[in-house]
Amino acid sequence: MTVRKNQATLTADEKRRFVAAVLELKRSGRYDAFVTTHNGFIMADTDNGERTGHRSPSFLPWHRRFLLDFEQALQSVDASVTLPYWDWSTDRTPRASLWGPDFLGGTGHSRDGRVMDGPFAADTGNWPINVRVDGRTYLRRALGDGVRELPTPGEVESVLSMATYDMPPWNSASDGFRNHLEGWRGVNLHNRVHVWVGGQMATGVSPNDPVFWLHHAYVDKLWARWQRRHPDSRYVPAAGTPQVVDLDETMRPWNDVRPADLLDHTRHYTFDTA
Amino acid sequence: MPELTRRTALTATAALAAGAVAAPRAAAEDHHHASPDSFDEVYRGRRIQGRSTGGHHGGYRVTVDGVELHVMRNADGTWISVVSHYDPVPTRRAAARAAVDELQGARLLPFPAN
Repeated sequence: MTVRKNQATLTADEKRRFVAAVLELKRSGRYDAFVTTHNGFIMADTDNGERTGHRSPSFLPWHRRFLLDFEQALQSVDASVTLPYWDWSTDRTPRASLWGPDFLGGTGHSRDGRVMDGPFAADTGNWPINVRVDGRTYLRRALGDGVRELPTPGEVESVLSMATYDMPPWNSASDGFRNHLEGWRGVNLHNRVHVWVGGQMATGVSPNDPVFWLHHAYVDKLWARWQRRHPDSRYVPAAGTPQVVDLDETMRPWNDVRPADLLDHTRHYTFDTA
Repeated sequence: MPELTRRTALTATAALAAGAVAAPRAAAEDHHHASPDSFDEVYRGRRIQGRSTGGHHGGYRVTVDGVELHVMRNADGTWISVVSHYDPVPTRRAAARAAVDELQGARLLPFPAN
C-alpha cells in the first residue's frame, strides 16, 4: 500500500530514489506531458465558463487524480517511490531540508532566478524546461520574494474549520472550504505557496518545478483532514450545475472518473500521520 | 501614453534608441482606435499594449513586445496572466507590468491558440 510521507522525514535513500524516478520520467518525455496538461487546464478554466482543474469545486478531486497519475508513473520507474508532501506551514523557510542539494535544490540566483544547486539545476543537463511560456530553459525560483510569508498553522486551521465544501457561484468568488484552500479568497493557502516559491511555480507551467507535486500532495492531505473534521459535509454541487463538475459527472481529461470516485483517498494511498 | 513617468520615459527613449520597439507612428495609429481601457507604454524597456480587438464577444489583446500574453479576468474583476497565474492584480495593465517584471528581459513565447 502506498504511504505518502512528510518530505522532512524521508531517508537519504528515499530522497535519492524519488529524485532518480523524477529524472527518469523527464528523460523519457513523460514528465513534460504532465506540464502540458496542467497548463492547458489552467489557461482554459474560467470563472464564467467551463472550469475543471482550478477555480471550481473539482480543483481538489482533479488534482488528486492528476497526482495519482504522476505517482503511478513514478512507480512504473521505481515501485518503492511514493509522493512526499511538503507541510509548508511547518517547513516554512528556504533553509528547510526540502531545499537541500540532496533533494530539490535551493532558491534561484538573484540576477536571473536560476537554480544553481541540486539535481534539477540547469547545469546538470538533466532538467531542461521544454514546456514554457517564455524563452528561458532553466529552472527558476525566488523563495520568499513574491510574498514574504508562507501560511501559518493558525491560518491552515482557520480554513479547515469551514464546514461547507464549496458554494455558488462555484468559482474564484466562492465562500467555503475549497476556495479558501485554493486561495482566491481569504487568508490564501495554495495560491500563496505558488507565489512564495516563484519562478516557474508562479506560472501556468508550474509542474516544471518538482516541488509542485509536494505542494499539491499537502493540499490533498488538507482535504483529507477536512473530511475527517467534517464527516457530515459533502462534495457539492450534487447535480445539474452548468460549466461545473457535479459529484457524479466525469472529469476531463480522463472522462472516466467522477469526484465521487475520488473522495476516499484510502482506496489509493494513506498518509504517514493524521 | 498615460501614466508616463520620468523613469519610464527615460527607459522608453533608451529602448527607442536601441530600436527595440515599434515606430511611434504605429503607436499613434493604435491609439486612434483605443477604447478607454486600452494602454500602450514602454515599461522597464518593454512595450506593453492592451486593446480591444472588437467583435461581438468583446475580444481584448494584451501583448509584450508584440507577443500576446494570455490574461484572464477573475470574478472579482482582478486579473492574472499565464506568467503570474496565482497572484491577482487590479488591471490588465498591472498584469502586463507583472509579466515584464517576471520575464526579467526574456522574450515571451506565443501561446497555442485554443
